[in-house]
Amino acid sequence: MIPSDKADRRIEPADETELADAVREAAEEGTPLEIEGGGTRTFGRPVDALATLSTARLSGIVAYSPNEMVATVKAGTPLTELQAALDEANQRFVFEPIDHHTLLGTEGKPTVGGMVAVNASGPRRFVAGACRDSLLGVRFVNGRGEIVKNGGRVMKNVTGLDLVKPMAGSFGTLGVLTEVTLKVQPKPETEATLAVRGLLEADAVTVLAHAMATSTDVTGAAHLPELTAGKVLDGALGSEPATLMRLEGFESSVHERAEKLKAMFGRLGEIETLDAERSQRLWSDIRDVKPFADQRQRPVWRLSMKPSDAHEAVMALRMEAGASAFYDWQGGLAWVRMEGGNTLSGLVRKTVAAHGGGHAMLIRATPSERRFAVPFQPQAKPLVTLEKRIRDAFDPKGILNPGKMVA
Amino acid sequence: MTSIQFLKPDPSILARRDDIVSSLRSVLPDEAVVSDPVQLRAFETDGFTAYRRLPLAVVLPSSTEEVAAVMEALARKKVPVVPRGAGTSLCGGAIPQEDAVIVSLTRMSRILEVDYPNRLARVEAGVTNLSISEAVSADGFFYAPDPSSQLACTIGGNIAMNSGGAHCLKYGVTTNNLLGVTMVLYDGTVIRLGEGELDPAGLDLLGLVCGSEGQLGLVTEAIVRLIAKPAGAQPVLFGFASSEKAGDCVADIIAAGIIPVAIEFMDKEAIAICEAFAKAGYPLDAEALLIVEVEGSDKEMADQLGRIVEIARRHDVQTIKESQSATEAALIWKGRKSAFGATGRVADYICMDGTVPLSQLAYVLKETGEIVKRYGLRAANVFHAGDGNMHPLILYDVNDPVKRQKAEDAGNDILRLCVDAGGCLTGEHGVGIEKRDLMTHQYNDTDLDQMKAVRAAFDPEWIFNPSKVFPLEGRGETDGGKASADPDTRPSPMEAAE
Repeated sequence: MIPSDKADRRIEPADETELADAVREAAEEGTPLEIEGGGTRTFGRPVDALATLSTARLSGIVAYSPNEMVATVKAGTPLTELQAALDEANQRFVFEPIDHHTLLGTEGKPTVGGMVAVNASGPRRFVAGACRDSLLGVRFVNGRGEIVKNGGRVMKNVTGLDLVKPMAGSFGTLGVLTEVTLKVQPKPETEATLAVRGLLEADAVTVLAHAMATSTDVTGAAHLPELTAGKVLDGALGSEPATLMRLEGFESSVHERAEKLKAMFGRLGEIETLDAERSQRLWSDIRDVKPFADQRQRPVWRLSMKPSDAHEAVMALRMEAGASAFYDWQGGLAWVRMEGGNTLSGLVRKTVAAHGGGHAMLIRATPSERRFAVPFQPQAKPLVTLEKRIRDAFDPKGILNPGKMVA
Repeated sequence: MTSIQFLKPDPSILARRDDIVSSLRSVLPDEAVVSDPVQLRAFETDGFTAYRRLPLAVVLPSSTEEVAAVMEALARKKVPVVPRGAGTSLCGGAIPQEDAVIVSLTRMSRILEVDYPNRLARVEAGVTNLSISEAVSADGFFYAPDPSSQLACTIGGNIAMNSGGAHCLKYGVTTNNLLGVTMVLYDGTVIRLGEGELDPAGLDLLGLVCGSEGQLGLVTEAIVRLIAKPAGAQPVLFGFASSEKAGDCVADIIAAGIIPVAIEFMDKEAIAICEAFAKAGYPLDAEALLIVEVEGSDKEMADQLGRIVEIARRHDVQTIKESQSATEAALIWKGRKSAFGATGRVADYICMDGTVPLSQLAYVLKETGEIVKRYGLRAANVFHAGDGNMHPLILYDVNDPVKRQKAEDAGNDILRLCVDAGGCLTGEHGVGIEKRDLMTHQYNDTDLDQMKAVRAAFDPEWIFNPSKVFPLEGRGETDGGKASADPDTRPSPMEAAE
């Protein structure tokens, strides 16, 4: 088959039944499908599809009751629509989903299904869980064109195998999500962020680890080295390295915990406090990888490692190639931009493996680089075999986003 | 008199018993293989004591390598395997069958690594839940999920059942606190999922394994998240004139943006039983009681409790007991924590575990009362109100076979009610054998077939814990044609003795 970036046929089912029919037909014909939500999260390998299957018309909030802190939504619902409903009830997603527009320069409206399919999460993930941890139930159409449900609307559920978790982050390769149920949470009264300035990466990670060892309930822990610090808050933070700790809750409580952290780290120099409005903008910039929004031709990697390991891997990488980085999740998530313009995937993966393991995912690159650089971390051999069997259990003909995660 | 069927033991396996035992002895030290019928008795049931079966043999491996060697040996002979931790399962998750070998993980109970900068601990699967928290407590950390059996239950069992506890409203359940596992597959292959990083490289297999009830493989090691202990914790107790008022109070606390670490509910029957046992000063005139716990510094707790008490007042709270000291706090919790034990003193009981949406709590409570009344029984309700996980304790007399059957039937009716109210069969105990045949009430054939296909991807011969979770009927070819239920409903050895 000749690789193409856009399939020529487009299918837009009006509802779940039509979608199931379309997938069943494709399975019978052996037609590979590219599954599309809002089209804003263009990473993973390009899919060799003969048709695009869009969830756009499966749209709308099915049930949302703020008192139960649970929302059930059709997969094609624009995220903005659900966000608006949450805002009205003063609630939020605790996992703080990343919006990939900024980093990837994509257009279109992110959908709820797309958010779940890539397990989109943000700064609060390291204490409050990822999208998969807030995902309570799913309905999806598997590769045989069957409608399957798993999980439900309740927060505790161990009834049968948990297929909800693997649906999150499977990039549409196990099934086409048609409806998802997500846990939501009341917004805190206020927030504030403390910034310790001028630390080297190793010291910053130590400071964040110490903060996390206290009872101060830090819900954001990031470090922006020189240059990247100047790229958030429209430059208002200045370019000096910034080690950032976010506190959320009731006003008096945030204040009390801020004082405690200031007393702990005061010897490191003056600690700046960002008020709620600036704190919110700061963390949405970090969430959306704003520091690397420019120079879009340069590849961006996402390293997920143990907090104490990631900065060491980045240091080692810098010895070999030009790379900029900043850190979230107490240091465990490193966003790395390759300043030389090449993806250097062999080097990146070797360096991660040599520094305690974890994995590297290529998030921003041209389609041809994404095809040949293997965007998802290659797995150990027994896992490759097992994953293959699991994929066959959902999609025996391999028609759903074929090649997206594994070539 | 028992109604739950087991798979029919495979006569060809029973006939090869000596051969199987000797092949186990060839890969394990002699004292790690139990085959003496008297010693096997200790393994014939778990926390679901109404059912019991003697296993073919029990092995007690000491390392992942030994577990892998055992699985390699058994897979070749196609012998079923039942994984076992401390055996505290309330749904029969660890009950063996006559043609199965139990792999007990209790000898693998070491804490291998504690890493504070990365807030994680690497442990063997047989370590008890509480011992992890105890090992890190002096340094200001804890492991969050706290099932009632935490003194005895193992982390491997917690992973199998995705265990929760009283504090999961804030901290989540096992799956939210698990960073990795080492697991032995049916053929002895060892895989590692997660090395301490927060998200998986490929498919979320860790999420699939957690809560899989020992059906996908044998977890031998785990990496769990550690959390810094809160500055303090303080409960407050409320008595209400009706469960509706208590339920509305819970909803309003949450709506106010307060997320307490625990919201526990007890009904009148449970209050009476617990008060008689614990003398905790519970209000005997209340129809419903809430224990709400908050965390933080003294000032933060006072602030939160102030808001919570004000909300309770808006719902005509009759009794408010705030704890002024650690002793008073412990007393408030003593009644709740002894609920199961105290109930066991007044009657035998079976404990249900359905979970319902919060808005359905009052309705399901009322209907639960009607159901048990219909069967001429009583029930005490104690549960986690913040997450809708109900725990009706149906009281009966174990020596009265008619009452026992009625209690089981009432329990099944209650679980169907939970599902019909938009909830599920089990929140944290698991399906096991107990709720296996109710699975079709929550899931249709396509839903179940998808799960079974995934199960078969891990374990194509259905070697792991085959009598559990999936109804024996309708397995078709998915389990290699094994699913012929034992038509013989003869009593198990223990019942025969009764």
